[in-house]
Amino acid sequence: MSANKLTRATQEPVWVRYGLMTIGLGFLFFFLGLPLVAVFVEALAQGLPLYLEALAEPETRSAIWLTIVIALAVLPFNILFGVAAAWAIAKFDFKGKSLLITLIDLPFAVSPVVAGLIFILLFGSQGTFGPWLAAHDVKIIFAVPGMILATLFITFPFIARELIPLMQAQGKDEEEAAVSLGASGWQMFWRVTLPNIKWGLLYGVILANARAMGEFGAVSVVSGHIRGETNTLPLHVEILYNEYNAIGAFAAASILALLALVTLVAKTIVEWRMKKETEMLNTVLAPEKT
Amino acid sequence: MRQLALLLTLTATLSLGPAFAQTSLLNVSYDPTRELYKDYNAAFAKHWQAKTGQVLSFRQSHGGSGKQAMAVRDGLEADVVTLALAYDIDALVERKLIPLDWQARFPNNSSPYTSTIVFLVRKGNPKGIKDWGDLAKPGVAVITPNPKTSGGARWNYLAAWAWALKQPGGNDQKAKELVTAIFKNVPVLDSGARGSTTTFVERGLGDVLIAWENEAQLAVNEIGRDKFEIVAPSLSILAEPPVAVVDKVAEKHGTRLTAQAYLDYLYSEEGQNIAARHYYRPRDAKVAAKYAAQFPKLKLVTIADAFGGWQKAQKTHFADGGSFDQIYLKK
Repeated sequence: MSANKLTRATQEPVWVRYGLMTIGLGFLFFFLGLPLVAVFVEALAQGLPLYLEALAEPETRSAIWLTIVIALAVLPFNILFGVAAAWAIAKFDFKGKSLLITLIDLPFAVSPVVAGLIFILLFGSQGTFGPWLAAHDVKIIFAVPGMILATLFITFPFIARELIPLMQAQGKDEEEAAVSLGASGWQMFWRVTLPNIKWGLLYGVILANARAMGEFGAVSVVSGHIRGETNTLPLHVEILYNEYNAIGAFAAASILALLALVTLVAKTIVEWRMKKETEMLNTVLAPEKT
Repeated sequence: MRQLALLLTLTATLSLGPAFAQTSLLNVSYDPTRELYKDYNAAFAKHWQAKTGQVLSFRQSHGGSGKQAMAVRDGLEADVVTLALAYDIDALVERKLIPLDWQARFPNNSSPYTSTIVFLVRKGNPKGIKDWGDLAKPGVAVITPNPKTSGGARWNYLAAWAWALKQPGGNDQKAKELVTAIFKNVPVLDSGARGSTTTFVERGLGDVLIAWENEAQLAVNEIGRDKFEIVAPSLSILAEPPVAVVDKVAEKHGTRLTAQAYLDYLYSEEGQNIAARHYYRPRDAKVAAKYAAQFPKLKLVTIADAFGGWQKAQKTHFADGGSFDQIYLKK
């Protein structure tokens, strides 16, 4: 009787299992798979040559280029800030730590449009620094620097958020051991800390990069929408769509979709490596810990 | 580190580049003029090179007229603005970007072309829409952009209001009732005219689009005569989209003369022809006669006659607490 109950609890009837699986997979197919396929079908609707021609348009090329430039400009700052913040939060106790954690999460909480408007209020011609910037002929808003700033704001939390739990879990034993064995601060960082967090860091970089390239709202507010100059790919997709240029719009969108796929693959690889490494670590450490 | 420095230099060059190239003009325009200025810029560049030998390059920015004006006010360095209505350019006067008398600097109130507001309906006009009154009927879904951000939407709004005023026994109260009923029928407010057109044309929402005549003709001719029809109401408004040189920016860029010539040429025969080809009503009598068949004869009221000018119309209808807020917030 009791054995029967036990098997019942772990083995649902066939129709329940298949039913749930169908719902799950069906949902994935309709909400993720189908739109992705639709992007490529629309983009290639009139053949590969027209698709390539659409991508070779100077304005589209410039949008692709600008998207890459912004992502490349943003990532070093994100890495620097993310590692520094995660390091401070995970390894030290100090006053205002919870405030710092809250601040890091701020960009997640604030709507991207508001983030863009913040920069207009700061650097716009009537903003706090506007008159000074105008007098010194420095362009921030409605130019590439403003778009970089807005993207930076939006992507700030990604790396820190990824590293904090990882570093907290690792504790500071290894670093303390390194220092007590005579390592300098840099040596400790390069040889002990960095190797421990490298996969987590890479994971954060991938996520931040995907967001930086895909960001629409914040960048839209500060871009000024000058074609061939301050249009990133997501903005350019909207423009082309509004010009009844479906092929161009979907071709540009397909580049973004491709980027998403590459991100997905890279993410999976990194996740797999991370898991393998922790497993390895656990088997090495397991006997000592017990 | 070196990479970082390289990147910073790269970004700096990217953003400062255009400031040094003095033969580049930034035209900040409203939504439906994308195709017009694409053609016009090419024509003017050719004309200017033949005349002066100078090679010009153009940069275009398009969006809802009000939104674009705000961007220029906040520091988007437009050499010229070509917006949907005078009020939006007036906003630049406050910031001393252009002088108060800007509208007197070019002929025809600085509007080189005009347009009006018409209806775009689905083929066969299944809801039988003939005039403004039909838009207020229950069960008719109306597409129009947001008057707070779009210039076209403000023309739409005032055209409906003006029609109601001209009806037998028409007054402001009746007009407000009509516009309230129309906005009850609006399922989605896009931020610009082009957004509304794509909502109607590509997403297939709504029974009728209140649109710029040029936008409606473009949709009919580009997307297909077999899908849409234009309905001209019995009375509409004379829309005068104005142009202006942004003095402060042009002086800073050293582009004043070029910018002036750029806008002057809109009034030339070639400029007028290009405008007419893109379904804007030309000012030039000769060109207008040539394209007469393209533009239905409509009874048109002007903003000055019906509403006492844009400043007054904006204050009464679109400012915070104006008639649009009263109508829409109540909804």
